[in-house]
Amino acid sequence: MIQQLTKFERRFGLVISVLVAGAGLTLIGMSEDGLLAIHGTIILAAGFIAALLTGGTIHEPEPDAKRLESYYDDPIKFGIIVSMIWAVFGMFMGVWVATLLAYPEWTFDAAWSSFGRLRPVHTTGVIFGFGGNALIATSFHVMQRTSRARMADQLSPWFVLLGYNLFCILAVSGYFMGITQSKEYAEPEWYADIWLVIVWVAYFALYMRTLARRREPHIYVANWYYLAFILVVAVLHIVNNLAVPVSFGHIKSYSAFSGVQDAMTQWWYGHNAVAFFLTAGFLGMLYYYLPKRAGRPIYSYRMSIIGFWGITFFYMWAGSHHLHFTALPQWVQTLGMTFSVMLLVPSWIAAANALLTLNGAWGKVRDDATLRFMFLAAVFYGLSTFEGSFMAIRSVNALSHYTDWTVGPVHAGALGWVALITFGSFYALVPWLWKREGMYSSKLVEVHFWLALSGTLVYVFAMWNSGVIQGLMWRTYNESGALAYSFNESMVAMHPYYIARAIGGLLFLAGAVVGFYNIWKTTKMDTVQSSVPSGDGLIADDASHSR
Amino acid sequence: MEIEHGALVYFSKFYGLIYLLLLSTGVLVYTFWPKNKKRFDYAAKSILTEEDHPHA
Repeated sequence: MIQQLTKFERRFGLVISVLVAGAGLTLIGMSEDGLLAIHGTIILAAGFIAALLTGGTIHEPEPDAKRLESYYDDPIKFGIIVSMIWAVFGMFMGVWVATLLAYPEWTFDAAWSSFGRLRPVHTTGVIFGFGGNALIATSFHVMQRTSRARMADQLSPWFVLLGYNLFCILAVSGYFMGITQSKEYAEPEWYADIWLVIVWVAYFALYMRTLARRREPHIYVANWYYLAFILVVAVLHIVNNLAVPVSFGHIKSYSAFSGVQDAMTQWWYGHNAVAFFLTAGFLGMLYYYLPKRAGRPIYSYRMSIIGFWGITFFYMWAGSHHLHFTALPQWVQTLGMTFSVMLLVPSWIAAANALLTLNGAWGKVRDDATLRFMFLAAVFYGLSTFEGSFMAIRSVNALSHYTDWTVGPVHAGALGWVALITFGSFYALVPWLWKREGMYSSKLVEVHFWLALSGTLVYVFAMWNSGVIQGLMWRTYNESGALAYSFNESMVAMHPYYIARAIGGLLFLAGAVVGFYNIWKTTKMDTVQSSVPSGDGLIADDASHSR
Repeated sequence: MEIEHGALVYFSKFYGLIYLLLLSTGVLVYTFWPKNKKRFDYAAKSILTEEDHPHA
């Protein structure tokens, strides 16, 4: 793989690796508190390995010029595999934390395995590890195909992918040790945050440079969504993580914001992370892989454009609905609530557009589990955006906030929408990328589909029930005007639902393991000579009809 | 220089409204501009091609 890089790229890669290793050494040297030294060691090791890989091939000859006649797919393949590894890891952690809620003794009396440390390991593992790598990998694929241009260079995709995963490793390993700045979905401390900015700027530059090389007059809409994801996540990440470290030798930092401003900044970030990390990028996936797999153009291209601007500009204002009934000024809460309700329009535009694209191809949806993954993702997208808008209404929020009712729709979105569209896209993409006849086993794709669907349903129904019961118990008063139930009583009432939730998560995890096995086996199959993306054999015929 | 809370609220409520209205108008005009239809239709179909190599 590294031999594919030009001599200049290998040399430049070596320089970057040495710089990274040097940064790791510096952190070790400056460390006043052991913890920073551990992370410095991880960074040093990463830089050292990268230096060995690039340095070891530095005298190899220049790669074949013929490579320029095809797309650059090696980093995409790497990204898919890494993404699936994170999926299995992150979902396993999810099942563990779910079990902890039902059986708290499963921390085994260790500090690193307490709920407060494991929970961000789960969220970071699935959102940033699984979701982020999937987004980066598919964006590399979509940007090249829709532009009909090879990536601008071969070094920066590796820098982006490896650098991003270094960030994820720093984040996750930090949580185990108790390193966190206590901002949800933005837990990593200042040095990791700075590193992510560097990686992200390289990502944005690579995307723009590749688009600039495009051989198509119009930039296909999926790219707009990916670009919104990259650009807005950069802005969110930088603003929310503005902080002053205690000293350069200390992991701890203090946020530039305080009090209600801090809360507002955090939830402006938090909700837009949902919007641009967990929605915009995955809509980019949907707008490319769904029409492609169905062999039909998107139902309404115009609707996809209106939906795009609606999503990008409405979501920006919705964050304050996380702070209903707090010290935040009432009008800001109302603003967030109003925009959240308005968001239903562009969200349902996207969901409807996907479903209408499939209208008339239901036979394919029935026969092809890959397309069914995407279909179901669009359905869950519609469901969870409806619930999100509904729960942002202040009076509904009065019942739902701080209860499991929030956790339910979040997972309808995360499992039902984000994970399903990713698995669907991977099953379409993997045979195409590795030039295989189809997936190793289409039966296992079926198995994965039903495990994922049943897992999501069990999970979501458990959380709906538990959330509403919880909310009602917390607001029930007795005749003398005191609360009728203690918090402990509501905990006891939750117990069966917590068990059901863990089972739902376990089913979903089992599906992901099956998916990983299937993808892995597919990569080990024989290559077919034709460059035609055949999917599972079903689609090749259909696609040629629709042209 | 002290910025009054009231002035800030007035600014965000007034200009926020104007800029969102202008943006919406702009997006709708761009989307439904008759000349753009051909380009959109072409783009929607362009991804369905089966060739898998970059253009020179």
